[in-house]
Amino acid sequence: MGNGTDGDLGQVVDGNALAGPLTEVFAVDITTARARCTSCGATGPVAALRVYGRAPALVARCPGCAAVVLRFNRTPTAAWLDLQGATSLHFPLPG
Amino acid sequence: MAIVSPGFRGRPRPAADLPPGQYPTEDFPVLSAGPTPRVTHDRWEFTITTETGAKHHWSWREVMALPAETVTVDLHCVTRWSKFGTTWQGVSLDTLLADVDTAADYAVAHSYGGYTTNLPLEDLLDGQAWLAYRYDGDDLTPEHGGPARLLVPHLYLWKSAKWVRGLRLGLEDEPGFWETLGYHDYGDPWREQRYQGD
Repeated sequence: MGNGTDGDLGQVVDGNALAGPLTEVFAVDITTARARCTSCGATGPVAALRVYGRAPALVARCPGCAAVVLRFNRTPTAAWLDLQGATSLHFPLPG
Repeated sequence: MAIVSPGFRGRPRPAADLPPGQYPTEDFPVLSAGPTPRVTHDRWEFTITTETGAKHHWSWREVMALPAETVTVDLHCVTRWSKFGTTWQGVSLDTLLADVDTAADYAVAHSYGGYTTNLPLEDLLDGQAWLAYRYDGDDLTPEHGGPARLLVPHLYLWKSAKWVRGLRLGLEDEPGFWETLGYHDYGDPWREQRYQGD
């Protein structure tokens, strides 16, 4: 997926941009979770994903291989969350 | 989602030209769901794959040798901006599909970079769609989908796949990148078909 360049148009922000929109569907701050990329297997904090927000919905990509890890679309009446690109999300929780 | 700036509001056009829920703009916003592919002409190829697996390939040089058409059309993005009177040059999909033997009802456009979008095949025929490679007299820039993008102006602009590399024809409708995330399967701006269920 990643045969190009990005960032040259200010299109990309980091995964912290997911925190606000995803408070509607997660009880915890998703940016504190660690995601494993289905495409390359790399694991890292959701906050470090590369988020394309100047699009019809939020698209978060792996900083290593540029594959889509997570997508989120808030329509007027629903929220759509695609986690196909994440093998797992690992949330630290109080013991 | 208030992420996309509404941009400059251009001179008013008759309301009849503007689909419901849209506003006019005079700039050309760049929306992107991923890294911008940079594909050189010598590496570029366009492929139509039928439901039987038969493949039809065109190199850049072969596309350039096909009859070109110049069209001036209005664009309507699902993020609510519309841009009037854009001029493109490209090859009609009628030309590319003329010798393709298919019984398919649907097409999935697929792009360099991995983007996909689905359309009924009939919406690509009869002078409704182009493989566009020039915009406003210049080669199409990568930011706007160059070397070549699909142009299907009667549907929301997400159907006009940037960096298009081919079509897969099929008997079943197969939702694409945005259609699997809540966007409408068809996307008619005049019926305001933004989301599934609209």
